[in-house]
Amino acid sequence: MCLGIPGQIIEITDEARMMAMAEVSGVKREVNVSCIATGPIGDVVGKWALIHVGFAMSEIDEDEAAKTLEALRGLGEAEETLEAMAAGDAALEGRA
Amino acid sequence: MKYAEEFRDPIAARAVLDKIQQVVDQIGATAEKPVHIMEICGGHTHAIFRYGLDKLTPAGIEFIHGPGCPVCVLPMSRVDECVELAERPEVIFTTFGDAMRVPGTRKSLLQAKAEGADIRMVYSPLDALEIARRNPDREVVFFGLGFETTTPSTALSIQQAAREGLENFTVFCNHITVPPPIKALLDDPHMVLDGFVGPGHVSMVIGIHPYDFIAEDYGKPLVVAGFEPLDLLQSVLMVLEQIRDGRAEIENQYSRVVPDDGNPVSIAAIADVYEERPTFEWRGLGEIDASGLRIRDTYAAFDAEVKFGIGYGADRRIVAEPEGCSCGAVMTGRMKPVQCEQFGKGCTPEMPLGALMVSSEGACAAYYQYGGARAAEPAE
Repeated sequence: MCLGIPGQIIEITDEARMMAMAEVSGVKREVNVSCIATGPIGDVVGKWALIHVGFAMSEIDEDEAAKTLEALRGLGEAEETLEAMAAGDAALEGRA
Repeated sequence: MKYAEEFRDPIAARAVLDKIQQVVDQIGATAEKPVHIMEICGGHTHAIFRYGLDKLTPAGIEFIHGPGCPVCVLPMSRVDECVELAERPEVIFTTFGDAMRVPGTRKSLLQAKAEGADIRMVYSPLDALEIARRNPDREVVFFGLGFETTTPSTALSIQQAAREGLENFTVFCNHITVPPPIKALLDDPHMVLDGFVGPGHVSMVIGIHPYDFIAEDYGKPLVVAGFEPLDLLQSVLMVLEQIRDGRAEIENQYSRVVPDDGNPVSIAAIADVYEERPTFEWRGLGEIDASGLRIRDTYAAFDAEVKFGIGYGADRRIVAEPEGCSCGAVMTGRMKPVQCEQFGKGCTPEMPLGALMVSSEGACAAYYQYGGARAAEPAE
């Protein structure tokens, strides 16, 4: 829970709530983009960010995203985060 | 140098390791008289063991593993309070998975769940918000845990809940901050520290200036570091160079992610929702002034302590650590994990006695997972 994971913002899903769909290591997950959307919210689409417990916290470039993901995989943290995302989805349905 | 091939760029790693050796020699540090560098963050502790950085670097450097694992410093009394909340029939208790196995005096959250409490592991406080929207007849409590990296997520979630007028969502706030325990450790006359490697993702939120007092008041260097093994080595080199040159500065090795002033939206959300508690209890370290956050009165409707009359809002009770557990001594650098008589016997990652064995970011779990032969070495 302490390390962010890189993801790419692919579309805005709920402008009022500052929510967008992100792709994280092949998995799609809705995230909040208020910390990186300093201008019009649509500007964040296509950008890479470090995503931390569902919030895009810091914009990074694609190369940095790739390196960070590799470092997280080395620590087993990438898998752990993806499992936590799946657990979160199950919890919404009351299955966790 | 058997691990060096694990680096993405072994040649660069080799070059930094050579420079580290050079500076250690210039300082005159040896195994008998080492330089003590604390890596504050549990993620860094994990990386140091995973990549064997403590063995790759010269014997003149001793890493002291800092208190930067929020699961590890969570006092047992707070786990008990979580269980108490979770066992209320009207409550759906939501938590990060990391906290599930932390032992309480009666049971862990995992045990409470097995016994029928409605406890759900979530990835984000946003999941908890959604559960609250879908279950208007239940009380949804989110276990707010973590340092400044996670604090904005619960602050922004509480603001969102307030905007929506949600009446069944609260946060059980256990957020803590990094600088106060560092000050407490620096004030401890038994603690010998020459410099720090600072947590990168915390500074992504708060920037680097909250650490200025470490350089200005205590004359110690701190370098904010990224999480790749090469980032860590470069940061250690930067700390060593400061020590060699007699400098004490707060430097940013991770500037590609960390702006010196942090993230303004996050900082504003934290300030809006939270205020400092006068004091907060840390496992192994005791009460530390101004080291924890509470929810401001303006957001009291979203504060589980207020709504359920629990925790710092009600009776405070200090709970002793379990018999034989040395987490406190390990956390303050007075003991190595392998010197604890319970290490690997009464305390393993499967059946943890102390919190440092629970999280992969805890020093004991890191020793256990990656120690191998090292764990069997005689105590230093």
